[in-house]
Amino acid sequence: MNLDYSDTEQAFQAEVRAFLAENLPNDLVAKTSSGRELTKEDIERWHAILNARGWLAATWPEEYGGTGWTVVERHIFAEECALAGAPRLLSFGLAMLGPVLIRYGTDEQKAEYLPRILDGRDWWCQGFSEPGAGSDLASLKTRAERDGDHYVINGQKTWTTLGQHANRIFCLVRTSQTAKPQEGISFVLVDLDTPGIEMRPIRLIDGSHEVNEVFFTDVRVPVANIVGAENEGWTVAKYLLTHERTNIAGVGFSARDLDRYHQMATDVRRDGVSLAEHPLYAAQAVELEADLEALRVANLRALARTRDSAASGIDSSLMKIRGTQVRQGILSLYRSALGHAAAPDAESLSDNQIALPPEATRAAPVYFNNRKLSIYGGSNEIQRNIVAKTLFRD
Amino acid sequence: MNFERSEDHAMLADMFGRFLQETSTPERRNDTAWTAPFFDQTAWSEMVKLGILGAFVSEDLGGLGGSAEDVSVVFEEIGRALSTDPYLGTLMGLRLLAESGETDLVKQIMAGARRPAFAVFEPEISQDLSLIGTVADEDGKLTGRKSSVYGAPGADLLLIAARNDQGLGLYLIEDVTSVQVLAAPMQDGGGIADLLLEGTQARPLKAASEERIEDVLDLGRIALCAEAVGAMDALVSMTTDYLKQRKQFGRNIASFQALQHRIVDMTMWVEQARSITIRAVASYGTGDQRRHTSMAKNLIGRAAELCAEEAIQLHGGIGMTWEYPGAHYAKRLIMLDHQLGGRHDHAMRLIAMKKENAA
Repeated sequence: MNLDYSDTEQAFQAEVRAFLAENLPNDLVAKTSSGRELTKEDIERWHAILNARGWLAATWPEEYGGTGWTVVERHIFAEECALAGAPRLLSFGLAMLGPVLIRYGTDEQKAEYLPRILDGRDWWCQGFSEPGAGSDLASLKTRAERDGDHYVINGQKTWTTLGQHANRIFCLVRTSQTAKPQEGISFVLVDLDTPGIEMRPIRLIDGSHEVNEVFFTDVRVPVANIVGAENEGWTVAKYLLTHERTNIAGVGFSARDLDRYHQMATDVRRDGVSLAEHPLYAAQAVELEADLEALRVANLRALARTRDSAASGIDSSLMKIRGTQVRQGILSLYRSALGHAAAPDAESLSDNQIALPPEATRAAPVYFNNRKLSIYGGSNEIQRNIVAKTLFRD
Repeated sequence: MNFERSEDHAMLADMFGRFLQETSTPERRNDTAWTAPFFDQTAWSEMVKLGILGAFVSEDLGGLGGSAEDVSVVFEEIGRALSTDPYLGTLMGLRLLAESGETDLVKQIMAGARRPAFAVFEPEISQDLSLIGTVADEDGKLTGRKSSVYGAPGADLLLIAARNDQGLGLYLIEDVTSVQVLAAPMQDGGGIADLLLEGTQARPLKAASEERIEDVLDLGRIALCAEAVGAMDALVSMTTDYLKQRKQFGRNIASFQALQHRIVDMTMWVEQARSITIRAVASYGTGDQRRHTSMAKNLIGRAAELCAEEAIQLHGGIGMTWEYPGAHYAKRLIMLDHQLGGRHDHAMRLIAMKKENAA
């Protein structure tokens, strides 16, 4: 038994650390570590820095401008970035559409879109969920009807993350009404400038604007924009949703948040005790440390299985469930421990002068915002169904 | 043994509940709860005319009720309707003024002419009154910083707990322009403020002792527990209804046993929350007051968190949106634990009581 990375992997880890120390802008770290929202420019700037180093598309093969890294190297990179407080990369182009195009796209599509993802000319968003099709994605109703060289799209998508910044959207649309709902779905690429598209913001529980509704009214999209064969979009989508999810446990993000907690707990005093010495909060914090350590090793075990054979569906589902539980547990402790200091919404007033520990300002909004972790990307209930289906298979 | 509400309490709940249903709407909350003075002034005046504040003070002190049960009946409706108006600060301020024999001010408050807020905690003090650092000199000049003053924005009577050479005293500032009131909305709406006292002139009140103040804080805690019960009850109903109407995989998601069981657990916790609140209400003013109030606030903290998180999860994305009222109930239930001591603060208080009793 050996939990250590190989010599090559350790050298790679050192290289990543050195790069981050040199190139990760402090103002971005300050934003992520205080839980403030990143702007479009923030995310684009970090993408550009990584792209200049050739490290933006971790999961793509080298011939398409990717890194060609092993699964272990990808994991090391993601974890080091999270620990260093780097902004989360925008997954829609890099981790979702890119691999899909590489696997199912035509040569023209690859040549057209992959470079634009890397250099930031395109910001992709995702059009999968609909008001009536969330967990049951296959019941989606947005339809695309053939009209000569075009499809005409009508319908509505929702929960489109950061769509307000995007210029393109990849969608699942119904191209055929067949008996089996999965069989009549196609995967299409849509330019958001096309007439007939309206994007409306959805305000979230923490007041943030992170997701959107997208309405399609007679939107004409060239037939050449389909990825994979017509009516085979479900296969494409399944590949996208199950493709390479080594970072799904979010160990690096949880580790960073737990570090932030410890720092805050040392700095903040309440009722004569530092929170770090408060027995009940301290007990919760050390339990979360144990949880995180177990998650870290479980994640490495799953990683080793992926490296040595094919990825197992239940690994990524179990990692998603436990990873979100641990992260939400840490953010809940962070909020809870601040007690009365977490109550004022000190951010919403420009002239506010309430003296809060700076750590307290975003504690509640960050907690509320991250309730999404157990809902999106396949809710934890859906993940349990996937695991149960495998465990109880005859 | 009888857990039925009296006819008077049933009528009060019904009348006030109907009033709140009409006035505490999501639209009005959006318009008022996060913008100074962080409450609905029109609805507040109408509420005063209905005489609801009478429930906070006993008849001999100018009110119409004043028992912990009266208070809990009112606050359960506040929770059910998710009102973010300044009831908690008014309850505690009014109570202390009444106990100090400030009959004229009590009358004015009952008539809606004035509104009090109570400043006791400080940036680093949220529970232990012995640590309060704000001081009063012999002329009644106050120096210090207060925080978590609920309902202070727009209030025109400020009650301040401050240390003098006899211990903890209670002071009244009638000219609120002499105080720097640093106002903000709370995360879940409603007003909160820090107060900066820099030799601010105040008048000492009679109801002054750590004991008296702790009693009023306990009443505030019981009020919050009752509010939580009302909010939880409403949220569990909303979640159950949502599961019945939301269709996925060709059926109502209420038909999934895994989800049904979670509603069952939430329902179980609402009953436990209601029961521990009844315990605390019945013990108010007895030797068990402190212990049962802390038990209630601790259990409610846990039950409210479970109900809030499960409600969001069971709604899926909808539960994460500002537009959906259930999200605000969930938010209120979480943030309730950040007022007048959370579950861990009250667990510590219970441990301290056990140690005291053993010694």
